[in-house]
Amino acid sequence: MIINHPLLGPRDAAEFVYLGDAALIDRPDWQAKDAAEQFHAYGYLRDNPAGRHQELWYHEQGDRSWLVVTRDTLTHEITEVQLARDVARSRGRSA
Amino acid sequence: MRYSALRILKEGLTGNKGWKPVWREPEPKREYDVVIIGGGGHGLATAYYLAKEYGTTNVAVLEKGWIGGGNVGRNTTIIRSNYLLPGNEPFYELSLKLWEGLEQDFNYNAMISQRSILNLVHSDGQRDAFIRRGNAMFLAGADAEYADADQLRAELPFLNFDNARFPIKGGLYQRRGGTVRHDAVAWGFARGADSRGVDIIQNCEVTGFDIEGGVCRGVETSRGPIRARKVAMCVAGSSGRVAAQAGMRLPIESHVLQAFVTEGLKPVIPGVITFGAGHFYVSQSDKGGLVFGGDIDGYNSYAQRGNLPVVEDVAEGGMAIMPMIGRARLLRSWGGIMDMSMDGSPFIDRTHVDGLYFNGGWCYGGFKATPASGWCYAHLLARDAPHPVAAEMRLDRFARGHMIDEKGMGNQPNLH
Ligand SMILES: Cc1cc2nc3c(=O)[nH]c(=O)nc-3n(C[C@H](O)[C@H](O)[C@H](O)COP(=O)(O)OP(=O)(O)OC[C@H]3O[C@@H](n4cnc5c(N)ncnc54)[C@H](O)[C@@H]3O)c2cc1C
Repeated sequence: MIINHPLLGPRDAAEFVYLGDAALIDRPDWQAKDAAEQFHAYGYLRDNPAGRHQELWYHEQGDRSWLVVTRDTLTHEITEVQLARDVARSRGRSA
Repeated sequence: MRYSALRILKEGLTGNKGWKPVWREPEPKREYDVVIIGGGGHGLATAYYLAKEYGTTNVAVLEKGWIGGGNVGRNTTIIRSNYLLPGNEPFYELSLKLWEGLEQDFNYNAMISQRSILNLVHSDGQRDAFIRRGNAMFLAGADAEYADADQLRAELPFLNFDNARFPIKGGLYQRRGGTVRHDAVAWGFARGADSRGVDIIQNCEVTGFDIEGGVCRGVETSRGPIRARKVAMCVAGSSGRVAAQAGMRLPIESHVLQAFVTEGLKPVIPGVITFGAGHFYVSQSDKGGLVFGGDIDGYNSYAQRGNLPVVEDVAEGGMAIMPMIGRARLLRSWGGIMDMSMDGSPFIDRTHVDGLYFNGGWCYGGFKATPASGWCYAHLLARDAPHPVAAEMRLDRFARGHMIDEKGMGNQPNLH
């Protein structure tokens, strides 16, 4: 698989380390009343879709950036690659 | 029909005209006591033991394709009970004991071959860990044997003992481990269940659940609705997809695992050998092909094929530990979809929906579990209480803080 890095261009997926569902960006509020349940769902439960999946890849053997890759889990086709930083900011997660 | 040497002789002399189909092809009934979703090894074993041990025979196994076409027909057929943790080891040892009596029990030749499994040791720390594992195995009534490098040099001279990074310092044997003819496992359980009255319905995909007020009353299928008092999921790599139809999110991700087979060779490897440090495992099939594999590809996948970097990684692992493998020609490779759980261990449990049960999360190790999985799932379905050796395999174990994490990797499925 080739991941089209937004800054560095096309890279072999073997340069990256995979973390999992990009929903991991949405870390729950640790002070919420139901924080324990929310963190259980966050840490352990997954949608696990067959088809379009947004996921986190870390460019360990490159610029060490985190990417959000939109990939089809049935065909391995990659349709979008964004910097995780930009995705997190657009969701109000980071300054 | 019972199989026996006499029967084979008689059929051989009369043109093999007396053999009958091994199971019926019934039309689905409107209603069953138990509907099992998934005609893989585990679903068929569950039906078999439900009928045989608990007398529950008004049972249907619904399979979207043909039985045995899933992971039970795609795996590298290794059986063993060399686990460490109390939540796992007694379960896998029960499974190995069931394997040992299986062919007599279901009167079908599954070619169970206890040719031994060896886990190689490359460092002092690994040796200590494996000896500890051996002790845990003894405690569960299993067998284990530590072999030092000299013994292994005599027994397996073709291994690369002086690899610069991973010199072989010894290994942990389980002599009762080995391999099984995987398709025959599905067929044998199917025949045993069918002959006791279980309906095995192929080409019948479950497309939804009939859940009213928190109670499951049946399933929607590609061949119409079927009602049931109890519905038991048993779909391995499709767990996430099927559970989503019941509105459930699981502690599971689906990942692809590849396997490889070479051309047929004369016997070169006596048992199963695993090279944990480089992640490579190999055995030789009865047809002579070297059967081997390594790590999962490492990212969510429902594509029943892998990608080339892992092919390269597996080939490197093989060359590092067993250089002679480089002389063999690779015939074919394939991928299967693994239901990777968050701690690398499985689930056999009720769900929060009454009448709906879940069996899954087998990762890449569920083939060896087939008899015990069926045995314990049948117990749960018949008694509504977990079988003692599967009592830790609960869906809520993460919420309770009781992971069964053999590798100590934490909740990252692609590292298990
Ligand atoms: C390459 C590879 C190597 C492996 N090596 C080993 C090994 O050496 N040792 C070991 O112990 N384990 C191994 N495994 C793991 C093992 O094969 C699985 O964990 C185990 O077989 C899973 O249980 P099963 O046989 O019931 O699953 P399956 O055979 O996959 O059965 C599930 C069935 O459910 C059906 N299904 C899915 N969705 C639906 C639906 N909606 N409606 C109806 N039916 C449905 C599928 O068609 C399938 O037939 C390996 C797996 C792979 C892929």
